[in-house]
Amino acid sequence: MTWQDGFAAALLDPTLPVPTGLVSRRTGAPTQRFAVYRNNVVVGLVEALEARFPAVCAIVGDEFFRAMAGVFVRAHPPRSPLMMHYGDALPAFLETFAPVAELPFLADVARLEAARTHAYHAVDADGLDAAAFAELHAGELGAARATLLPGTTVIRSLHPLVTIWAMNVGEAPLAAIDDWRPQDALVGRDGHRVVVRRLPPGGGAFLAALAAGQSVADAIETALADAAAFDLTAALADLIETRLIAAIHASEVPS
Amino acid sequence: MITPTLPARAGVGFKSQHLDAILADPGPIGFVEVHAENYMGDGGRPHAQLAALHQRFALSIHGVGLSIGADRPLDRAHLARLRRLCDRHAPESFSEHLAWSSHGEVFLNDLLPIPYTAVTLARVADHVAEVQDVLGRRMLLENPATYVLFADSTIAEVDFLAEVVRRSGCGLLLDIANVFVSAVNHGTDAQAYLAGFPLADVGEIHLAGHAVAEDEGGVPLLIDAHDSPVPDPVWALYGHVLARSGPLPTLIEWDNDVPTWPILRGEAAAAERWLADAAAARSVA
Repeated sequence: MTWQDGFAAALLDPTLPVPTGLVSRRTGAPTQRFAVYRNNVVVGLVEALEARFPAVCAIVGDEFFRAMAGVFVRAHPPRSPLMMHYGDALPAFLETFAPVAELPFLADVARLEAARTHAYHAVDADGLDAAAFAELHAGELGAARATLLPGTTVIRSLHPLVTIWAMNVGEAPLAAIDDWRPQDALVGRDGHRVVVRRLPPGGGAFLAALAAGQSVADAIETALADAAAFDLTAALADLIETRLIAAIHASEVPS
Repeated sequence: MITPTLPARAGVGFKSQHLDAILADPGPIGFVEVHAENYMGDGGRPHAQLAALHQRFALSIHGVGLSIGADRPLDRAHLARLRRLCDRHAPESFSEHLAWSSHGEVFLNDLLPIPYTAVTLARVADHVAEVQDVLGRRMLLENPATYVLFADSTIAEVDFLAEVVRRSGCGLLLDIANVFVSAVNHGTDAQAYLAGFPLADVGEIHLAGHAVAEDEGGVPLLIDAHDSPVPDPVWALYGHVLARSGPLPTLIEWDNDVPTWPILRGEAAAAERWLADAAAARSVA
C-alpha cells in the first residue's frame, strides 16, 4: 500500500482518520486542512452532478439532491477525468435508492439528462436528406438498415417523461399532469443544439428497433406491435425531415 | 518539439456563457485558456466555440486530469486524448499541475499534494518527459496551492520545480495566487519563495482570488477557490515578479461564482496595466 492509497481512501471515507505523514507548520493536527481536500473532492463531484442533472435536482430539491449525490459520489466515484460523462451510472442508482422509491420516474429523467450531455458532445455529422432517401430504389427500403446520428438516444418511459422533464427545466409551465401516460423521448442534435422530443405512439419502438439494427420492415412490425396507432408515413417523413439517419445500408446484414 | 508562444498579454479562463460578449468586446485580452478535459468530447458546440476563439486569440490548453504526481504510471488513454486535443486545436501552450488527481481507476477531481523527495522528483520528471514526448511539445508545469505539508518532504518546492525543469526541459506556469495561498497556509514567506523561483523558465502566470477559512487552531486557511477578484497582496507579488521578469502571459482564473464579462474583462485590463508598466520599465532600463 502506498501513501496515495491511504490518502485517496480517506478522501472518500470521512470515518477514516487523517492519513499519517501529513503535517501543518502552524497548527498541530492537520484535520481541518485535510478536510479541505475531502470537501473539494466531494463537493466538486456533487456540483458536477448538479450541473448535469438540473431536472432531477429541481424535482427532489437542492438540499435533498446534494445529500443523495453525496451518497452516489462515495459509492460511484468517477472512473475517468472526463466529468462530462460523470453520472452515467446515476439512473441505475436512482432505481435502487430507497429514499426516492416514491418517484419511479426519476431514473428516466436522469436518463434523459445524461443523454442530453452525450448529444451535446457527440461528433458532428450530417443526417441524410430527402435526396438521399430518394436514391433508394422502391422496394429497397424495407430490407434496409439505418444508423441513427451520433448522440441520438431513444428513451422509452412508463411515465410522462418529456412533460416532467420540460416542466422541471423551465421549458413548460409547472402544472398537474392529468394525462399520466407513458411517453417515449428522443434526445439528439440539430446542428449544435441539443433537442428533446416526445415521440408519437410506436415512434419510440420504431427508432429503438432501428437503432438496435433491425431492418426498416422489422422495425415497422415492432412499432405496430407496440402501438396499433403507429403512423408509418408520419414516422418516415419525420426521419427525413429531422435528418436523424446518418447512413442507410441497403439490405446488408451488419456483421 | 513545439515551444509555447503565448503572447505576453492578459488572458482569461474561458467560460462559454461569455462567448458572445468576448467576441463583441474582448478588451485587452491576448489569449484564452480552457481546461482540457472539458473539450474531450468528440464534437459539437465546445469544439466550434474553441475554434472560433482561436481565430481571434492565442489559446492555452490547461489540463486538470492527467495526475502527473500520481505514484503510478500515467493514464495512456488520457495522454492520447490530450494528444488528439492538441493536434485538433494546435494551442500556443499546454500546461498541467504538480499534483495528483487520479488514483488507479478513480478520478478524484481535485489537485492533490505530493511530498517533495528524491523519489517523487524522479517520477514527476519522468512523467513530464513522457507527456512532452507524446504531445511533441514542451509543457508548462504549475506550482500548487496546498493546505497540508508532508513530514517526508526533503526538497523545497521551488528547488523541486527547478530540478524538474532541468531534467525534463519543461517550462513552468507560475501561479502567484497559489504561492500566496500556500505561504499563508504554511506560515512561510511568499516573497522569499518568488525570489528563488526560476523566472527564466516561466511561460505563463496565473492570478486568482481565494476564499478565507481558518483551521482548528484559529489560523487563517486560504482556499484556492477562483471565486473572486485578484486580491491586493497577489497583485503586489505580481508586480515584484514582473519587475524582475518583464512582461509574461498572465491569466485571470475565475472558475466559480463566475462574474459578467465586463467584470472579468476589468480584471484582465488591470493585469494589462501591470504588463504595460513592466514593459515601460524595461524600455527605460
